[in-house]
Parts: sequence; C-alpha cells; structure tokens
Amino acid sequence: MILELDDVRVTLGGSHILQGVSFSVAPTGVTALLGRNGVGKTTTVKAILGLVPRTGRIDFGGDPVHRLRTHEIVRRGIGYAPEDRCVFAKLTVTENLALAERRGSAHAYDLVYELFPELKTRGAQAAGTLSGGQQQMVAIARTLLNDNRLIVVDEPTKGLAPKVVTEVAEVLERAAERVPMLLVEQNLALVRRLAGDGVVLAAGQVVHCGPVRELLADAALTQELLGVGQARGENVTLYTRPAPSGGSTHALAIVKDRQPPDEVSPPESTRSDAP
Amino acid sequence: MKRHVKNLIPVAVLAVLISLPYSTLRIPGVFDGAVNTPGSLQLLALCLLFAGLAVGYDLLFGRLGLMSFGHALYVALGAYSAELAMKNLHLPLVLAALLATVIGAAVSTLLGAVSLKGVGKLGTENLGTVGFAMVTLAFAQAGSILVGRDPKTTGGEEGLPLSTEKVPAAFVGVVNTVNLYWLALAYLVLVCAVVWWLTGSRVGRVWQAIRDNERRAEVLGLNPFRYQLGAFVLAGTLGAVGGVVHLLVTAGATPETTTTDFTLALLVMVVLGGSGTRWGPVLGGVFYTLLDHRLGAVATSDSVAGLPAGLRVPLSQPLVLLGVLFVLVVYAVPGGLAALPSRLRGRRPPTRPRLRGRGPRGQRGEQHRLGVVEGEAHGAHPDRVASEL
Amino acid sequence: MSTLVLLTLTGLGLGALYFLIASGLSLIFGLMDVLNFAHGALVTAGAYAAWRLTGHLPFAVAIAAAIATGAVLAALIETVLIRPLYSRPKDQILVTVGLGLALPALVQGIWGADARQLRAPRQLAGTVSVLGAKVPTDRFVLIAAAIVVLAALKLFLSRTRYGLVVRAGVEDRAMVTALGIDVRKAFTLVFAIGGALAGLAGALGGVYFGSVSPDQGTSLLVFGFVVVVIGGMGRTDGVALAAAAVGLIQQFTNYYAASGLGDFAAVAILAVVLLARGNRDGARRLIRRAA
Ligand SMILES: Nc1ncnc2c1ncn2[C@@H]1O[C@H](COP(=O)(O)OP(=O)(O)O)[C@@H](O)[C@H]1O
Ligand SMILES: [Mg+2]
Repeated sequence: MILELDDVRVTLGGSHILQGVSFSVAPTGVTALLGRNGVGKTTTVKAILGLVPRTGRIDFGGDPVHRLRTHEIVRRGIGYAPEDRCVFAKLTVTENLALAERRGSAHAYDLVYELFPELKTRGAQAAGTLSGGQQQMVAIARTLLNDNRLIVVDEPTKGLAPKVVTEVAEVLERAAERVPMLLVEQNLALVRRLAGDGVVLAAGQVVHCGPVRELLADAALTQELLGVGQARGENVTLYTRPAPSGGSTHALAIVKDRQPPDEVSPPESTRSDAP
Repeated sequence: MKRHVKNLIPVAVLAVLISLPYSTLRIPGVFDGAVNTPGSLQLLALCLLFAGLAVGYDLLFGRLGLMSFGHALYVALGAYSAELAMKNLHLPLVLAALLATVIGAAVSTLLGAVSLKGVGKLGTENLGTVGFAMVTLAFAQAGSILVGRDPKTTGGEEGLPLSTEKVPAAFVGVVNTVNLYWLALAYLVLVCAVVWWLTGSRVGRVWQAIRDNERRAEVLGLNPFRYQLGAFVLAGTLGAVGGVVHLLVTAGATPETTTTDFTLALLVMVVLGGSGTRWGPVLGGVFYTLLDHRLGAVATSDSVAGLPAGLRVPLSQPLVLLGVLFVLVVYAVPGGLAALPSRLRGRRPPTRPRLRGRGPRGQRGEQHRLGVVEGEAHGAHPDRVASEL
Repeated sequence: MSTLVLLTLTGLGLGALYFLIASGLSLIFGLMDVLNFAHGALVTAGAYAAWRLTGHLPFAVAIAAAIATGAVLAALIETVLIRPLYSRPKDQILVTVGLGLALPALVQGIWGADARQLRAPRQLAGTVSVLGAKVPTDRFVLIAAAIVVLAALKLFLSRTRYGLVVRAGVEDRAMVTALGIDVRKAFTLVFAIGGALAGLAGALGGVYFGSVSPDQGTSLLVFGFVVVVIGGMGRTDGVALAAAAVGLIQQFTNYYAASGLGDFAAVAILAVVLLARGNRDGARRLIRRAA
C-alpha cells in the first residue's frame, strides 16, 4: 500500500468534518474516493497533504507523514491536482509549470508536452485566461512533471464539457499507467473506466471499500451511497449534505440495512458507456 | 444561582467604585496618598475614563473584529470641539458637549462609510481588515496634522487650556477633583450600559455573526456594512463624549489625544484586558493607566538615572516596557487578563463567553446549512486559511 | 517655471521615499496578509544607523549599514515573532504594533527625543540647476534610488525563482506549499527585502529632511499606508505611481494652498480613491444583482 490512512479526523470551524477515516491506496492503478457532495472527500485529500489540521496516522510509502508540513509531504513524491485546479491565474502557463518543478526530481517536460501540446503553444499566456479544460490540463501537468510516487486528483472533470471530460479521462488513464493515483470523481462512467478499488465516504466516515465494479454493479447501493443512478459523461451532482450530528450512524445504517431508496432511478442505463 | 452571582458582579463593582472617594485607604505603590486625596482621585478618574474609552473601542475591535487605528480622532474631536465651542462660540459646557457629540457622530458616519465601503470585502482589491486599519489610521493622522498645523486655533503642541469660566464651578479646581471622578465613573457606566446592552441584544448576535464570518452573515441576508457602520458611529460618538470627559478631567485639550499612540494605547488596553469580553477592556483600561502612570513616575525618578544603560534606557521609556509587555501578552495570554482566572484553573477560556449559548438555535442551524453553500462556492478560500495552520 | 521644476522634483523625491517604504509593505501584505506596523520602526532604525556612521565612514557605507540594519531586524522579527503566530493573523498585526511602539521608544531612550542633524556628504549637499531651478542634489539621489529599486524588484519578481514563488504566493499560498515549496522561506525573504528598503528609506529620508528623529519612521509610515491603499496591495507598479502622485500632490498643495495642507491633501486623495472604489464595487454588485 502506497498510502494508508488510519483514523484521520478533521475539525473545521467547529464542525467535525472527518470522523475517523481509514483506508489505503493501492501501489498501482487508480483508487477512487467517492461520495456525495460535502461528505468530506476534498477534506480527506487536504488532510493527506497537510493542508488542514488533522489527527490520526497517515503513512506514505511506509513512512509516517502526518507530522510533516505540506511541502515536506509533497517532496516525498506526491503530485496534487486540487478541486478548483488552483492554477496561478496571473502567472503564465510556463511559469505555472516552472513553479511546480521540484528539486531532486527529473522534469518530464517531454511527457507533459506530448500529452498536452497546447500547453507548449500557449506557454506565454496567463493561466487565468485559459479555459477550464486547459486549466485542468495545467493542473494535471504539474503532477506529471516530477517523479511522483502518487498523484492525487480531486474532481478533475468538474464543470467541464463532455468532450473535454473525454480528453481528461484519456490523460488520466495514461498517467495511471505510470504512477498510482487517488482519484476523487463524481463521474461514475469515468470511475468505472479508470478505477480498480473504490472508497466511499459518507458524513465524514468510510462507509464502503472494495472493487469499483462490484459497487457500481449494485444499483441500489450506488444510489444510496452516491446519490446517483446514472452517469452519462457528465457530472451528476445531487446537492446533499450529511445530517449535522447523528449523520454518520445514519449513513452506516443504510449500508447495513440496504433499505431500498425512495426514488429508484432508471436501472443501469449507463453502465456500459464510458465517456 | 450562578447566574445570580454573575449579575451581582457589576453591582458590587459599582458599589466599590462609588465608595472609593470616601475611603482613606492607602495603597502604596499605586497611589501616592490616601485614595480620597485629590491626586489619587485624579488618577482614578483617568483610569475610569480610559476604561470607558477602551470599552467603546472594543465595540469595534472585540465585538465586530474591526481593527480601527483611528479611534483617537473621535476622542480628540470631542475634546477640541467642546473646548473651541466654549472658547470661541461662548457656549456653556452642556451645549458645547452636545455639539461635540453631534460632531463626533457626523464625522464618524462620514469617515466610517468611506473606510468601510472603500476597503470592500469582495473583488481583487480585497484589503479587508488591514485596509480598514490603514485607512482609519490615515484619517486620524490627518486630524493630528490639522491640530498640529493650526496652532492659532488649536494651541498646537501646547493644546488648549479648559475655558473654566464656561464650566460649572463643581468641575473646576483641585478641591473638586472628586466630581471629576464621578463624571468619569458616570461615563464608564454609560459606555458599559450601552455596549453591554447592545451586545446582549439581537444586534449583538448579528455583530458576532459578522465578526465570525462576514461573508456568511451576508449569505444570511444581513447587511454587514450597515451593522459595521452603526457600530463605528456608536463607538465614534462614545469616543467623542469621552473626549469631553477627557477635556474636563485633564483640564484641557491636549494634542496627545490626536496621536496614533493614543489609539494604540486603547488597543493595548483592550488586548491586555481581553478583547470581546465584558470586563476585559475595563480591566485593561484601569491596569494600563495605572501602569503607565507608575512607569512614568519611575522613568523620571533619580534612581533610574543612576542605573547602567542596559536598565536605564528601557526603564526611562514607559513605551518600551508597555510595548514589550503587550507583545508578551499577545503571545502568552491570548485572552488577556480577563482570561487569566480560567487559564489558571486549567480551563481554556471561553472565547465568547456570553453569546455562544444565547443565540436562537434556529439561527445557528441556518448558519451551518448555509456554510455548506459557502464551502462549495468558495472552495479556494479555506485553502488560504489552511496554509496558516 | 523654476518653481514648477523645483516643486516637481521635490515632490518626486518625497514620492520616492514613500515608494521605498510602501513597496516593502505592499509585498509583505500581498504575500503574507500581515500589516507590518513595525515598518516605521525599521525606517527609524535605518535612519539612526546612517546617522551614527555618517562622518565616521564613507556615506555609501552608512547607507549600506542602514540597509543591513533594516534587513536583519526585519528577518529577526519575522522568524522570531511573526512566524509562531501564523495561525493567528490578527495577533501577528498586534505583535508588530507592540514593536512599533517599543522600538522608536527604545531609540528615544538611547539617543533622546530631539531630532539629530544628519550631515550629508558634500556631493549630496549641493544643488543642481535644472531649467533655471536650483534643485537639491539629494532629490535626484532619492529618485534614482527609487527607480533602481523599482527595476530591481521587477527583475526579482519576474526573473528569479523566488520572485516566482512570491508572485504565486500572493495568489494562493496553500497551493504553493502543495507544490512542495517551503513558502515560509519566501516570507522571511520578503520581510528582509521590505526591511532593507525601509532601512534605505530611513537613511535617504534623513538626508532629505536633514535630520533623524525617533518618530520619523512612524510618521512616514502613515503615508506609506496611504500609498499602498491607493496603489493596491502587492502591486509594485501601482505603488510606484501612487507614491509619485502623493508626493507631487503634497508638495504642490503645500506651496500653492497652504503649508501643512499637503499632508491633508494626501489623505483627502485617499478618501476620494476609496469612495470611487467603493462606488465601483457597489456598481459591480448592483450589476451582478441585476444579472
Ligand atoms: N474551512 C471549512 N470550515 C468549515 N467547514 C468546512 C470547511 N471546508 C469544508 N467544510 C465543510 O466540510 C464538509 C466536507 O467538505 P468537502 O471535503 O469539500 O466535501 P466534498 O469534497 O466531499 O464535496 C462540507 O460540509 C463543507 O461545508
Ligand atoms: Mg470536493
């Protein structure tokens, strides 16, 4: 296991966002981190990177990293493409990439420009003037530039047009051949295509772990855990929020009882088509 | 039962303060003579006055999280305009004080609106807290400059002596120092009454919501600007009234009231005592004034002049010691003096002792739900916060 | 005509002084969200360092010492006092307030409250004839220093890796660290640069005013704030323009209106800019609401 989380807890602004998250990321392939909006996926990712104060244990490549500061964790070999891409709007594309160059690592510009030829031609353009898809390319390129042992990608297709989603998916697929990946994604078609294992969060806790195929094969479970029954190359984002306090037990109860959902969506219409 | 005790504290404190002028107690090291001598009463009056000013300042700093570096302007406005009204317009004290109050309110409305609007919370010119601090400082500095550059009207560096002929005889002369004490006490009671009452009311809860998260308050449908401006004007007006009291207690309008150091002293008092609490600013105001006075006496004493430079220099400059003390308090006692008892008892001090439990539950719940919207809409913002952790 | 030239160059000289102070403040704020209230104390420290050494050593050495004093003090302040408080942004400001009170008082305790005359070397003491106006040489030195600093800052920001880190950090500090960069090193560096510029401003300000005094730095700091707010936080060009504008307006108002009104005018400009900005924000919000 390249990354292991053990009882990670995060409190932000007085609310317990993560309430003891434990899971591990396989040393090869893509591990998907799933869950409805607001369950704490992004917070989990930030906890891994030390971007939020947290307790619990986090091992990366066998070494504990939860006491290190963000830049030290990253230097151990993590590439991070955050949810909102967070490219530096006023810096040029070239500068954005140059900033991501880490000392002590080779810089795979060949790979980056092969995957994203546009980044070369638009090198002098301010990153803030790029389209959402192009900004996502910069964000992913930053993770591929260095020799990383893990890349963490948070909702790379959020808000992108279907055609761009396809492009991003292809790039992620190629990236995943080289380096293990922790992928937060709402687009289940994409998850199905890329991910081996899946970890499902609800209300700040892990409620399901296992192969993504099995999870997605169970329509009722998918509906309950993820609040979506279909994915057609686009984001299906239902706005839900975990119940304020007793929410976690509630979510767990669902897993145990497997109650039928209130609304059952059209079954399996989407399973086969990947973007 | 506990609630009862809590409500009794102000009454008890007030009783002690009222009885002080009748006390012949001697407190060596604090007062030179007995408590009821004019010298001690004068110092006590200053303590109460500054406690009142600090409570007014904390309305901005502690209750709303607004860091104003220009509060001195309103105190100076109160003192100078009251004195000028008596001297040049020949108004009696009461009318002059009224005029000064109105001027304080008008100027704070104008400058408050400009400072609050101009620094903005949204957009690229997001100056926020820091911009507000800079701008209020600049405005106050303009006032200071004005006083300094027009000595004919303002007396320049000398200041203006009190026009005693316009002041009721009860406030003039050493024998009447006790009346100045009453005046300062009345001012402190007035400020506390207003600030404490508002803090406990609905307005206070809105203030707290704004202080905790301005954007969230906006999402709740509140208009932070209106509440911030309201508090700014109230603080400015109370400051102007305090200026009039200052004029009487110190028997003149002094340019010191116009300086940034004057505002910073208020800031130090509030932080020293514990900002955003009931008693913190009162304690801080009293403590700072006593300390400043004592250090000032030490600084000019002969024993200090004979010390080696390493000791003499800091001891001869009260501000060196006060500044260092302030830094130490910020580091070591984040809640200020007011938090010390609970700290010593090993509990973490409640950050907002009064309001937490009092807010209607519905409203808090709503804040939470809306907080989600915020977290989604401004995903990048927590990042910025996170880096500081 | 000669009055106009003299006023312009003097105003620009003053603006140069403001720029030296404001550019550091603005960089520090832009990157770290810290309002450095001790910045004025650094100016004073630089001024006194220069004053102590002038006459004993070449003036260039005195200037260098002033720069070094500012830089070292600032780096110390950042690493020892500000750094432990990164989770408490407001307390960071309070700590600089405490220093801003204590340091000038310490200077006053050591060298007295009175202004001390700073005798500039002969090369700086004279005047230069420009279009019939006899302009004191130090004005040109100030303007040249500001131009050099502006150019150097721009080069630093655009051409060096640290400059890149600083520019990125102004946008999003957390993301900079998430790229494996220790952004705190950039904090210390920026603080030291700001301190160096403050020290330089102190020394050159001493030449410009002919004397140094304990609260000189703090009174200059106020105009540094005015310039930063008008010019925009973290914007070197904007700050340079605003500094020149404020210096010019101050000089012209002092001459044509009344002595002393110039300082007042600078603050009035600030109010006007804020009002305009507030209205524009308000207008934007209205448009957004209507849309
Ligand atoms: N800085 C913060 N302060 C308070 N609550 C936060 C903060 N950041 C996120 N949250 C809350 O934490 C929960 C989980 O957020 P997040 O991890 O972004 O969810 P996800 O990525 O799964 O959609 C949400 O309810 C969100 O509102
Ligand atoms: Mg998320």
